[in-house]
Amino acid sequence: MEGWERQKNILDFSLSSLLRRKGKNLALVFVYTLLVFTLASVLFFTHAIKREASLILQDSPELIVQKSIAGRQEQIPLRYLEPIQKIRGVQSGRGRLWGYYYDPIIGANYTLMVPEKQTLESGKISIGQGISKTRLVFPGDTMEFRSHDGMLLQLQIQQVFPSESELIASDLILLAEDDFRRLFGGSREYATDLTLRVRNQRELPTIALKIAEMFPDTRIILREEILRTYESIFNWRGGMMVFILVGALLAFIIFAWDKASGLSLEERREIGILKAVGWETSDVLLLKFWEGTIISLSSFLMGIIWAYAHVFFTSAALLAPALKGWAVLYPEFKLTPFIDFSQVATLFFLTVVPYTVATIIPSWRAATIDPDSVMRT
Amino acid sequence: MIELKNIYKIFNQGQPNEFAAVQEVTLEIEPEKVTVFKGPSGSGKTTLLSLIGCMARPTSGRIFLSGREITSLPERFLTEIRRKTFGFIFQQLNLIKGITVLENIMLPAYPNGEKFSAVKNRAMRLLEVLELTPKANSKIEWLSGGEAQRTAVARALINNPAVIIADEPTAHLDTKLSMELVGTLAKFKEDQKMVLIASHDPLVYESKIVDRVIHLRDGKIEGPPT
Amino acid sequence: MNSMRKAKKFFFFILTQGIILIFLLAHSLYQIHADQSWLEEKKRMVRDLELTDLCLFTEANYTRHLTQADRHTAFQNSPLALEHFPSGSILLPPEHLKK
Repeated sequence: MEGWERQKNILDFSLSSLLRRKGKNLALVFVYTLLVFTLASVLFFTHAIKREASLILQDSPELIVQKSIAGRQEQIPLRYLEPIQKIRGVQSGRGRLWGYYYDPIIGANYTLMVPEKQTLESGKISIGQGISKTRLVFPGDTMEFRSHDGMLLQLQIQQVFPSESELIASDLILLAEDDFRRLFGGSREYATDLTLRVRNQRELPTIALKIAEMFPDTRIILREEILRTYESIFNWRGGMMVFILVGALLAFIIFAWDKASGLSLEERREIGILKAVGWETSDVLLLKFWEGTIISLSSFLMGIIWAYAHVFFTSAALLAPALKGWAVLYPEFKLTPFIDFSQVATLFFLTVVPYTVATIIPSWRAATIDPDSVMRT
Repeated sequence: MIELKNIYKIFNQGQPNEFAAVQEVTLEIEPEKVTVFKGPSGSGKTTLLSLIGCMARPTSGRIFLSGREITSLPERFLTEIRRKTFGFIFQQLNLIKGITVLENIMLPAYPNGEKFSAVKNRAMRLLEVLELTPKANSKIEWLSGGEAQRTAVARALINNPAVIIADEPTAHLDTKLSMELVGTLAKFKEDQKMVLIASHDPLVYESKIVDRVIHLRDGKIEGPPT
Repeated sequence: MNSMRKAKKFFFFILTQGIILIFLLAHSLYQIHADQSWLEEKKRMVRDLELTDLCLFTEANYTRHLTQADRHTAFQNSPLALEHFPSGSILLPPEHLKK
């Protein structure tokens, strides 16, 4: 096991060597770990959300028809429904009622919806966990809403959605159609938009075309567009993400630069001594390899571990403020730990390899120094 | 036994500052003897020692170690032979700062792939012999001149080499420490090691332990070959 | 001070990290399995309630209902609105709007 012993011996000296500048190297590991932690947290978080979206939004409406006038989305007349339903391939359709309500008490926006199935009794609502937590209201309590005509509408909470559903229903309020109308006004002949169920997926584009022909003032949204939107959410081209990624890249480059900018006189001298007492070039390079790997590998492992714990055990507690923005109401990100291993691998190659290489390369020339160099000086 | 046949070492060959550090050196050095290379600075003593000690290759000529030619061996083999055969004591000591005495002593043995505990035991024994045990875990910077000297000696011995090469070992020492060093060299001889010293210090070359003195001037051996 | 322990200590350190990672991997697999029923439930809610978006940002309608927003929606909040709300700077407009 000669080779193994040699590795251990040289590793030992690398550690001694690094410990000589304990403070500096510990600070380096700390910052490096922080970098990996930040990057990994963002990666884990965004991937988990994307995966969840791709799974649960699979059954979102196949086709949604919106109407707009002068660049503004308007209520869509329900009489559009009949001719649309007659299009070949359309299985069923309905007018969807939904909208937003701004609650001045806490400054939050709620999404209000009238469900098709499991309709509610007039006067009763089901609310999302986020609303319950922020307004501190529970089943049995009443919430007051100000209607479009200035009247006060009292609605009683019948059910609060479980916290596991926060990612889709945190700000949701389900209510009866009557109450929706009472709150927002508007005619019974109109709906917010239309949703259609289609028999054959492949006919979707054709159907969309026909609808556009029939009603040029409409806009179609397909399910695949919904899914694709969430596939590319938080993409690297998006605003903040660019800063994080570029920032991280810059930091890594700075670290590597510091290493690659060459050895100090002292370091060169030491390599000369090692060669003089019998170390080969390969031994010296191994030493440098370990010096780099000790730092980068430790930082990588710790960063990844803390990032996982951060995102999946604390629901991304540190990222949440950045994502909150001005929102008063936001879901608790209890995410399922879907991990993209190729991201982890990429992160590994980004963090460990360049730094280690940057430690070895500048030492190459010094490592090939003639052993008698220390005698000649 | 070490044999040198017609050794030349020329630096900056082909350039205007071409310089022959060692010329036409043919030598046989007997084992278990103390040989001193004497001469003014620039006479090529250091270069010659580095050639003998497999630290550098001659520009031309051949070198034999116990009958085996080593002149054209690849670096790997040469380094291994050097590590196991020679122990060096440098003029500047060349200890590594920031690490302990013990670790400095053990360094030459690391590439051997020996078990750490075995190397450590040998090192501890050397520390004992050289009366350095209390300083085992001290950093080099905290040693006195004599202690540093002894550390360098211990390091030269860690691989139990057959040959000790010392380049101007007393250059930075006072008389007392110089005498100590000569005593240490005597002990090497007792242990049947070959000792090669470059020195222009009379304390060394006039010592009674010296078996042979070779005079060098301008890279050549002066006087009749012995 | 036994200096070999340095290399050994480092090995143990890395080994520990490795074990923790394996544990986390196991946790991930376990949790994914355990969450299946809730994922199904959420899927059902999406189907029954005809939901189209995750509730990530409730500041503005075009960040709350990302998929439902059209080119004008952000604009409607204020003439200078495109990055009016912080979440707008995290989110890109949906692909289908860029066609």
